[in-house]
Amino acid sequence: MSILVDRNTRVLCQGFTGRQGTFHSEQALSYGTKLVGGVTPGRGGSRHLDLPVFDTVAEAVQATGATASVIYVPAPYAKDAILEAIDADLELVVCITEHIPVLDMLAVRTALVGRRTRLVGPNCPGVITPGACKIGIMPGAIHRPGRVGIVSRSGTLTYVAVHETSEEGLGQSTCVGIGGDPVHGLGFTEVLALFEDDPETEAVVMVGEIGGSEEEAAAAFIREHVSKPVVAYIAGVTAPPGKRMGHAGAIIAGGHGTADEKFAALEAAGVVTVRSPAEIGKAVARRLAGA
Amino acid sequence: MNLHEYQSKELLARRGIRVPRGRVARSPREAREAARALGGALWVVKAQVHSGGRGKAGGVALCRSLEETEAAARRLLGQSLVTHQSAGRGLPVEAVLVEEGTAIQRELYLSLLLDRTRPALAFVASTEGGMEIEEVAAHHPERIVTVALPRSGYTPFVGRRLAFALGLEAGARTEFLALAESLAAFFVASDASLVEINPLVLTAEGGLVVLDAKVTLDDNALERHPDLAALDDPKQRPAAEVEAERAGLNYVALDGTIGCMVNGAGLAMATMDLIKLSGGEPANFLDVGGDATAERVTAAFRLILSNPQVRAVFVNIFGGIVRCDLIAEGIVQAVRDVGVRVPVVVRLEGTRAEEGRDLLARSGVRITPVRGLAEAAQRVVQEARAS
Repeated sequence: MSILVDRNTRVLCQGFTGRQGTFHSEQALSYGTKLVGGVTPGRGGSRHLDLPVFDTVAEAVQATGATASVIYVPAPYAKDAILEAIDADLELVVCITEHIPVLDMLAVRTALVGRRTRLVGPNCPGVITPGACKIGIMPGAIHRPGRVGIVSRSGTLTYVAVHETSEEGLGQSTCVGIGGDPVHGLGFTEVLALFEDDPETEAVVMVGEIGGSEEEAAAAFIREHVSKPVVAYIAGVTAPPGKRMGHAGAIIAGGHGTADEKFAALEAAGVVTVRSPAEIGKAVARRLAGA
Repeated sequence: MNLHEYQSKELLARRGIRVPRGRVARSPREAREAARALGGALWVVKAQVHSGGRGKAGGVALCRSLEETEAAARRLLGQSLVTHQSAGRGLPVEAVLVEEGTAIQRELYLSLLLDRTRPALAFVASTEGGMEIEEVAAHHPERIVTVALPRSGYTPFVGRRLAFALGLEAGARTEFLALAESLAAFFVASDASLVEINPLVLTAEGGLVVLDAKVTLDDNALERHPDLAALDDPKQRPAAEVEAERAGLNYVALDGTIGCMVNGAGLAMATMDLIKLSGGEPANFLDVGGDATAERVTAAFRLILSNPQVRAVFVNIFGGIVRCDLIAEGIVQAVRDVGVRVPVVVRLEGTRAEEGRDLLARSGVRITPVRGLAEAAQRVVQEARAS
């Protein structure tokens, strides 16, 4: 098992025929992802990468039996693309797109209420279950099937965590990039709950950063509901207040959202924290060895 | 993107929100003219910079004659205003706002912002206007009330809850309800990320007036608001940050001596933290983005080296889809083109990292390739001390 995606996940690509959509769909196909088709309005009926193209998500779902969608649609149109995927009742929607306006994401969150669709992202690398299904822009080759679940707000730091756990010979069950935006889909808490229930996941690596209070919420959740070992790293100890550090959500506002606060909350919840991403792999290995 | 006070007030006034009568002036003579045209016997001259705390920094003057108004404008215009919020940097005063005086009965605080935890838009109000809200939160959190907007949007109960919490009488309450509704409409229509009114004044006559207003817009939505995007004043931001925006790089200047170039925002922050952990101080945050092409790497080197405090540069790249050997070529090219005179420590990891490191070692350019992350951070700190 794994969480969110496995080798049976049937994936649609929205923004299929664009440059990003094409490149990453090729990568996904060569990784073995069951990509079953794509959506580009106005290109319905044609074929791309030897797969069918549809005008609408609803048609695509009906024709292919897709259960998940990945979105590479440019920011101004991304809200509409997510809403269309929710309307088509897909189980999982992964939005890679960066720079989506916050009010658009609030509208998306409203649309998700009462629906079964789970949204990952936006502004994220995506979701991968190594050896089974890759949805997103992460480099497939660094991943190894294994025992560690990874959840992260940052793309490249996810890759570092993956690399570190691969180096230790542990591998990953599933890696989820929840994205760097202030308003997004699945958060740390929801993903931790999924990892806790997944028999293949034996430990979880959580990579957070400054801004907001999701790490604190996750700490409270871990204390009550997570029995598996969790190793956490938080980026941005040296970030100055009031400055946005690359990600729209990475900002210390009104003195809150600092890395120190987050480290403290996690430590109080019994989480092993590391001060360098280079220590993630060894810390997980130690915890799994019972130390 | 931040707006100036005068821009914010103009936009609010268009929505029927009451602001003091005022005029923008760009010269002492214009300021005097503005005061004369406004009439009355009391004027306020306010420096227009993107920062709070202007009053304490001497950026606001109360004037009782046309001569005083002109003198205040002469003192402020052309000045570089340092406030306790501007991180030691002087902000150029190119305009002043001349306003009629307001007879104040009470000063209140009102803002509308994104509450990330819910997530929803939320009003924050306080009876302690005129102070920084962070101060009030620290000492009198019970004097702050937060009311989130329902998912369906603004509805009058939101305004009523705030008005009662602020202790407003019937007349002012009615006015407040209209204000709250207009603010919410403005926020949504302009894709704002913050509207802060501090103070919101209950006048001696019992009406409500927006005495100071700060509007921040969502950068990601500016494309659909060309009229608002045109209000940008890049001179209020550090020159290097404006330069970075043009090159499509994310850059934040810091106080240290070690320049950083990293792919990915999270790893860029982590790199700064590692430098600190190794006993050094980062000179900047810089995310070169997912596809670190030679062009972008060159622009990034130029930017980093424009800071005279930089003693060494740390390039930290995790090659994912982008191959490390291609990035290494870009780095060598950039170091040659830009003429880098400080030590450069490069750590490449991920796809084709081995080939990339070989390429750097054979380039003949003064670059130190280092394998481990912690090791690289220590090395660059040493290099910075030695250079």
